Amino acid sequence: MDLIGIISQVVFFLVAALTLAAAFATVLLRNVFHAGLALVGTFFGVAAIYLMLEAEFLAIVQVLIYIGAIAVLILFAIMLTRSLMKNEDSGMNKQWAWAAIAISTLFLGMFIVILQVPWLLNTSVIGTDIVPFLGTELLTTYLLPFEIVSVLLLATLIGAFIIARE
Amino acid sequence: MDIWSFITNPFVSIYQLIRSLLTSLLGLIGLSGDVASVILFFIMGGLVITVILLVAPLLMMYMTWLERKVVARMQDRVGPNRVGAFGLLQPIADMIKFLTKEDIVPQGVDKPVHLLAPIVVVIPVILSFAVLQFGVGMGAVDLNLSLLFLLAMGSVATIAVFMAGFGSHNKFALIGGMRAAAQIISYEIPQILAVAVIVLLAGTISLNGVIEKQSGLFGLGWYILYLPVGPIAFFIFLLAATAEINRVPFDLPEAESELVAGYHTEYSGMKFGLFYLAEFLNTFIISAVAASIFFGGWQGPFVQQIPALGIAYFFGKTILLIFIQLWFRGTLPRIRVDQLMNFGWKRLVPATLALILFTATFLWAYRLFNQFLTSLGG
Repeated sequence: MDLIGIISQVVFFLVAALTLAAAFATVLLRNVFHAGLALVGTFFGVAAIYLMLEAEFLAIVQVLIYIGAIAVLILFAIMLTRSLMKNEDSGMNKQWAWAAIAISTLFLGMFIVILQVPWLLNTSVIGTDIVPFLGTELLTTYLLPFEIVSVLLLATLIGAFIIARE
Repeated sequence: MDIWSFITNPFVSIYQLIRSLLTSLLGLIGLSGDVASVILFFIMGGLVITVILLVAPLLMMYMTWLERKVVARMQDRVGPNRVGAFGLLQPIADMIKFLTKEDIVPQGVDKPVHLLAPIVVVIPVILSFAVLQFGVGMGAVDLNLSLLFLLAMGSVATIAVFMAGFGSHNKFALIGGMRAAAQIISYEIPQILAVAVIVLLAGTISLNGVIEKQSGLFGLGWYILYLPVGPIAFFIFLLAATAEINRVPFDLPEAESELVAGYHTEYSGMKFGLFYLAEFLNTFIISAVAASIFFGGWQGPFVQQIPALGIAYFFGKTILLIFIQLWFRGTLPRIRVDQLMNFGWKRLVPATLALILFTATFLWAYRLFNQFLTSLGG
C-alpha cells in the first residue's frame, strides 16, 4: 500500500473511533445535555467520514441539517424542559428491555442486509459539481417522492402550529 | 519569475516561490513520488493554516480598534488614544490584559461544557476563513460548495451558544442563550434564502465562481447592480446576517441593560476574549461574504492586469460594510423580542421567498426569450 493510502487508513480509523466513542457517550452519559452534545460530536464524525468518501455535498448538508437544525432543536428542547441545576438523570427507564429487544432486532436485520447486498461500485463519473445533477434529478426523475416529502413537511408544520396554539 | 509579476501579485508569487523551492529541495535530498508529495502537502498546508491563524486574530484586534474609534466619534468622544499613535497599540494592550487575567471558573458551572464552549465558538469561525477569497487566487481552499460551507459553519455557532448558556448554570446566561438560539434559527432562513437568490443568478455555489461571474463592465458587474433583485437581496442578507451574529439592533442575547452580558456572563479572561474574537470575526466574515457575493469581492477595474489590486478591492469593500454595521451600532436602538420574531417570520421570510420566485420566473422567461431569438436567427 502506498503512503497516501496508509495515511488515509489511519485517519479513517481515528475518525471512526472518535465517532463511535461519541455515539456511546450519547447513550451512556447520565446528563441529558451532555448526551445531546455527544450526539453533535457523532454527527460531526459522520460528516468527516462523508468527507473522506469525497462526498463533500453530503458532508456539508450533514453539518447544516443535522447539527445546525436537528441537534439544535434537541438541545433547545432539553434546555426548555430540564431544570438548570439537576445534573443526573437515570440512564434507564421501565421500557429498557423492550428497547433493547427492538434495537437488537433492527441492528441484526440491518447487519444481515448489509452483508447480503453486493455493493456494486458505480464507476461512472458525475463530475465534481454535483449540485446541478442532484437538483435536476430531484425535479425530474424523483419529482413525486420530492413533492410527497414537501407535503409531509407542510402537514407537520401545520400540525405543530395547532398543537402549540392549544 | 519576472519582477513585474512579483510586484503585481506578491502573495501568490511568494507562495509559488516557496512551493517550487521546497520541491527542488526535496528532489535534492533524493525524495520523490508519494513521500515528497505528502511532505509538500503537509508543509504547504501548515503554512496556509498558520497564515490564517495569524491573520484572523490580527483582523479582530484592529476591528476592535476601529469599532471603538468609530463609535466614539459618533458619540462625540475621542476613543482610545493613549497607547501608540491614534491608540493603534491599544488592541495589543487589550490582548495582554486578556491573557494575564485570572481564569475564573465559577462554582457550580458544568465544568467540561464551560471549558469547551469558548473553543467551540471559535472553531467554525476560523474554518470559515479557509474558503474566503481575499484576492485573485488568494483563498486557502477553492471549494465547489463554499457558500453552503459558510452557511453550515454559521449554523454550528448555535451549539456553542447553547453550551455557554446552559453550562454556566446562571439565569442571565440561560436567557441569553435561549434568545441567541431562537434568533439564529429564525434569521438563518432569510439569510440562506437571500444567498439562494445570488446562487440563482450566478448558477454556482462556489464563492470564487460567484465572484468571477461579476467580471462584466470592467469588473463592476456586481450583483447589487442587478435591479431590482440585487439591492433587495443585499438588504435582506445584511439584516439577517446582523441578527444571526447578534449585533445591534439585534443584540438581545447580550443586552447589557437586562441580561448583564447574556450567554457569556460567567466568562472572564481569555475565555471571554475568545467569545469576543468569535463575534468580531463573525462580523468580518459576514461583511466579507456580502462584499463577495453582492459587490464582486476582489473584482474591480484593472484587476486582471494587476492582481494585487484585488486584495485592496476586497478589503476596501469589506471594511466599508463593517463600517455600516458599526454605524448601526452607533445609531440604532435595540428592538424587542416580539418585534424581532414578528419581523423575521412575518416580513423577512415571505419577502425573501417572493424574491426567489420573482428571480426564478425572470430567469426562466429570459431563457425562453433567448431560445426564441436563436430560433428566429436559425
